[in-house]
Order: sequence, then C-alpha cells, then structure tokens
Amino acid sequence: MHLILFIVFAGFCLAGAINLLLQSHPINSALSLIVVMTSLAVLYLLLGAEFLAAAQVIVYAGAIMVLFTFVVMLLNAGREERTMGSRTARAVGFPAVVAVLGVIATVILQAQGLGVASLRDGITSTEELSKVLFTELLLPFEVTSVLILIAILGAVALARHGHGDPEEHPERTAGK
Amino acid sequence: MNLLSQEVPLSWYLLLSAILFSLGVIGFLIKRNLITVFMSIELMLNAVNLSFVTFAHQWHAVKGQIFVFFVMMVAAAEAAVGLAIIIAVFRARATLAVDRIDLMKL
Repeated sequence: MHLILFIVFAGFCLAGAINLLLQSHPINSALSLIVVMTSLAVLYLLLGAEFLAAAQVIVYAGAIMVLFTFVVMLLNAGREERTMGSRTARAVGFPAVVAVLGVIATVILQAQGLGVASLRDGITSTEELSKVLFTELLLPFEVTSVLILIAILGAVALARHGHGDPEEHPERTAGK
Repeated sequence: MNLLSQEVPLSWYLLLSAILFSLGVIGFLIKRNLITVFMSIELMLNAVNLSFVTFAHQWHAVKGQIFVFFVMMVAAAEAAVGLAIIIAVFRARATLAVDRIDLMKL
C-alpha cells in the first residue's frame, strides 16, 4: 500500500514539476505547482507528518498559490516569449544542475543506514510537535510573527496604488 | 501479500527531493516570465522541505518537522513581498519578461 501510494504521488509530483517547465502560460504553471504541492502533502502523511500535511495543503496549496493565481490574473500575464536566455545560464547553469544532481544521487544511493518507511510506523502527533514548539522554540516562533507582520506591511507599501506609477515618477522610466 | 508490510526505502524520498530541486533550478534558468521564475523558487523550497521531513522520519526527531513549519512561514512572507514587488515592477515597466527587466544589468 505504501509502495503504491508512494509511486502514484511521486509520479504526480514529477509530472507536475515537468509540466510547470513545459507550459508557456503562467496560469497553467501555477495549476501544475498546486498538483505538486498537494502530492507532497500526501508524501508527508506517508512519512508520518500529519500536521505538516495539513499545513502544506492550507498554507502552500491554499494561501500561497491563491496569491499566485490572483497575481497572474490581475496582471493578465500572457504567454511567455521563448528566448534562449543568457549564455552564462546555458554554459554554467545546466552542467552545474547535472553535476549537483549526480553528486546528491550518488551520495544518497551509497549512504549506509538509511531506514525504510512503511504504514506501520507511528505518526508524529500534533501534540508532540506543539510541545517542542511552544516550550523550547517559543522565541523563534514569536520572532516569526514579527517577520510576518513586517512582510504584510512591506507588501501593502510596495503594492500601494501610485507607487512606481510612471506618471508620478517619470524619471524612473525615462531612461529606457 | 500483506499490504501493510510493504516498505519504501527513505533514499527514494531523498532522490525525489533532489530531482524536484533540480527541476526547480532548471525552471529558474529557462523560464522567461517573472511569475514562473518565482514559482520555480517555491518548487525548490518544497523539495528541500521533503528532505527535511524524510530525515525527521529517519531520526525520529520532531525538530526537523518544526523546521519545515518555519520554512513554510518564511515562504508565505516571501511570496507576499515578492508578488508585491512583481506588481510594482509591472506597474513601472508594463512587462513581466525577465529579459526586459534589465535596469541593474551590467
């Protein structure tokens, strides 16, 4: 059962990620990314992380991707034009990706002592998670709330109407 | 055959995570739309989260999962600010093509 679920949802993950690269319209890419994130939530559940599976669906597949699709529709982003990109990206980027993937795969496949996952393993309950989070790691948790507050203020300040408007700041676009 | 006794090696999960990360990097390199480039970054973050959860399962440690929780919160903040920046850039330059947003290019 675990094997079947892993193969099915890992396949969804890879298919979604490859589809993200192949699609030329941003909205199709966004929907493929939602498929990837939801399949990852199932994989988290298989690994016994029930809270993270729920948070993955709510925060990633829900909140963040809704934000993405809103922005795609708000800006009415059309098909992207395919260009060859920069020469540096082709000359350095792709060999580097292949090298990094090769090194990581070799290390993982040769690693000793990596365990197995099966449905009989216990799941980490939310209670265990919250005990550590709200006792040992309370300060980082509270600091993150300040980070979120600053991010909200920054987002509002950046996206406020009139900010970066060509009429208001003609010198910004005059150069090009 | 007992369905409950089937096992999957954790290295498969790590391999999946590495492949997803590489696909994210490739997307970052080949996509020419600002929003899709940003989506590739989210894909890379998710791939790293998967390996965190896998290692948390391997060592029976809760802190690996808590780290993923923090990564999710930072990613939410990053998405909010990043998309606000994209909106501001679109207002100023009326394009989303990364080739034309080159004011800081040498």
